[in-house]
Amino acid sequence: MKHSKRITLGVAAIAASAALILSGCSSSGSSTLAASSSGGALTPVKLQLQWFTQAQFAGYYAALDQGYFKDEGLDVTIVEGGTDIVPQTQLADGAVDYAVAWVPKALASREQGAGITDVGQVFQRSGTLQVSMADKNIKTAADLKGKVVGNWGYGNEFEMFAGITKAGLDPATDVQLVQQAFDESGLLDGSIDAAQAETYNEYAQILETVNPATGKLYQPSDLNVIDWNTEGTAMLQDAIWANTEKLKSDPAYQDTTVKFLTAALKGWVYARDNPEKASAIVVAAGSQLGASHQLWMTNEINKLIWPSPDGIGVVNADSWAQTVNVAMNAKNLEGSTVITKEPDADAYDNTYVNKALDNLKGEGVDVTGTSFKPLTVTLTEGGK
Amino acid sequence: MTRAGGRSYAVLWGLIGVIILLALWEGYKALGPSSGVELFGQGILPKTDDRSMPHLWAMVQRAAEPVNSSAGSPPVWLAVIGAALNSLGVAAVGWAVGSVIGLLLAILMQRLRVAERAVLPWLILSQTVPLIALAPLIVAWGGKIQIGAFSWDRWMSVAVIAAYLAFFPVAVGALRGLQSPDTIHLELMRSYDAGWFKTLVRLRLPASVPYLLPALRLGAASAIVGTVVAEVSTGYKGGIGRMIVEFAQSGTSDPAKAYAPIAGAVVLGLVAAGLVALLGLGLKRFNRQEVSS
Repeated sequence: MKHSKRITLGVAAIAASAALILSGCSSSGSSTLAASSSGGALTPVKLQLQWFTQAQFAGYYAALDQGYFKDEGLDVTIVEGGTDIVPQTQLADGAVDYAVAWVPKALASREQGAGITDVGQVFQRSGTLQVSMADKNIKTAADLKGKVVGNWGYGNEFEMFAGITKAGLDPATDVQLVQQAFDESGLLDGSIDAAQAETYNEYAQILETVNPATGKLYQPSDLNVIDWNTEGTAMLQDAIWANTEKLKSDPAYQDTTVKFLTAALKGWVYARDNPEKASAIVVAAGSQLGASHQLWMTNEINKLIWPSPDGIGVVNADSWAQTVNVAMNAKNLEGSTVITKEPDADAYDNTYVNKALDNLKGEGVDVTGTSFKPLTVTLTEGGK
Repeated sequence: MTRAGGRSYAVLWGLIGVIILLALWEGYKALGPSSGVELFGQGILPKTDDRSMPHLWAMVQRAAEPVNSSAGSPPVWLAVIGAALNSLGVAAVGWAVGSVIGLLLAILMQRLRVAERAVLPWLILSQTVPLIALAPLIVAWGGKIQIGAFSWDRWMSVAVIAAYLAFFPVAVGALRGLQSPDTIHLELMRSYDAGWFKTLVRLRLPASVPYLLPALRLGAASAIVGTVVAEVSTGYKGGIGRMIVEFAQSGTSDPAKAYAPIAGAVVLGLVAAGLVALLGLGLKRFNRQEVSS
């Protein structure tokens, strides 16, 4: 008798604690739900990012914060990425409605069967650099000969391979390629001569570090960069992708796509005209990166977007062709290319972005940013 | 008296272990070559410069400073505790779900021999599926679930992954426990004309406690590991796993920052195991001799 009584007690305790935990979690879940459904007849839309909240996605957070999505009748949820979340797959699987992804990675996913279409080419330029210390004198791809060159792999290396090949070097024998961690410590401790970095993130991390030779932070004059945009092997980066199947068959989705682009691009215009505020919005949205680093990122992202001579979000045929060309022809060390054949006609579609731009022009919004002037951001140690 | 003495000895040894670890860190940092040790071009020992191995006091100092310079930013240690509690909540859900499933599976396998033969290999196989393959699938499936007012949140995906890791030790441990009563006891139950269910409740479950408790502790540790990994993998916000990655992002320019959440994750695992041990106090009556599984 005693035994069973104790057991009942124990089981009851387990059940009670589990119930408590469950109810605690579910109540927080339902409150967010109530908040989002209070908008009434808004269309729910999910946008998948490639990574955590940061200023790389400032335009979307600005559009959310400024109510641009709501103005278009959309209830947008921004879904953050993780290390194993592939936005293209989430989109193709129908878990989200739109996704932000780099063009070459998305083209590779398309070739593996993901039915997705580039409907808004937000970034017009590539942000990838090869950074080196000034005393190494590495200013062009040709200067990489005989040097230790870092790259991240995972499909981030193709601009570099194309650039090295274009400079008349053989990536397999003329340079010493090393796998680089997703930080710049290899460059700073001298084990890498030229390290891969994004203008808006890793490059800033170098500039947030104290140079032991001077006792001050590293300055751009202490460094050389190879910019793949000037080397002519740059590939298009962040774009808004939509589900091809639904674009073809669902008029409501087509309509939502135009509305979504209108609001999202307006958010990017906001980030251009109010970089400090846009940066603060991203910090408030829960980014752990420091304020000065975040403002730097906002400013550098603006440089990748503006000016957009065709209008923000329009796929430029030349940049697209260059991206496809590099994706098909640049071989990495394993001898593989990003894609093996030309992407089909569904790979990108400017129809929706042009409608969105017409809407914005109708509102008097400057969608080309020809007079865009970037800020000069002062970084602090550690980017705090 | 002897018992209390034994416990304080255990604490002492635990402390000595920690101190040795800290001494090893600082000792290697002081004596090791700054460019690390390489063997045939492969780094086998880490570099010892301040970026690769910050001083312990630098980590502690950084933990006391605010996370970043934006107004109202909490000190790192406070943010770590908040994130750890968040992860603990998610892991607890995963652990509870996983333990219930594990226990039910064990009872099923005990009841039906054929179930044991059919299910047990699958259980072992299930643990060989790499998490990084599983996590995106669970997130993608979850993203499509929308039943009335219920919608799938990211934390639920994380809890599912935690449960996926936690149920296995519980299932295996509970099965061993349920099968542990001696034949003589089972025959006694039969002589009382006790059915399967009565035998389960009166004999097998109490007898399983010494096996179940360590299994539950193992399950708790697995649930924490699953939660931390799944947070990174799925990008669930607010937990300690994601904080580790976010802080590590500034590893180049602020290397000491990332160690506070790593320490937090270690403490979290200990706390979780400790909480389960508390549960064991309630079942002490049955815990005659705990068997390590």
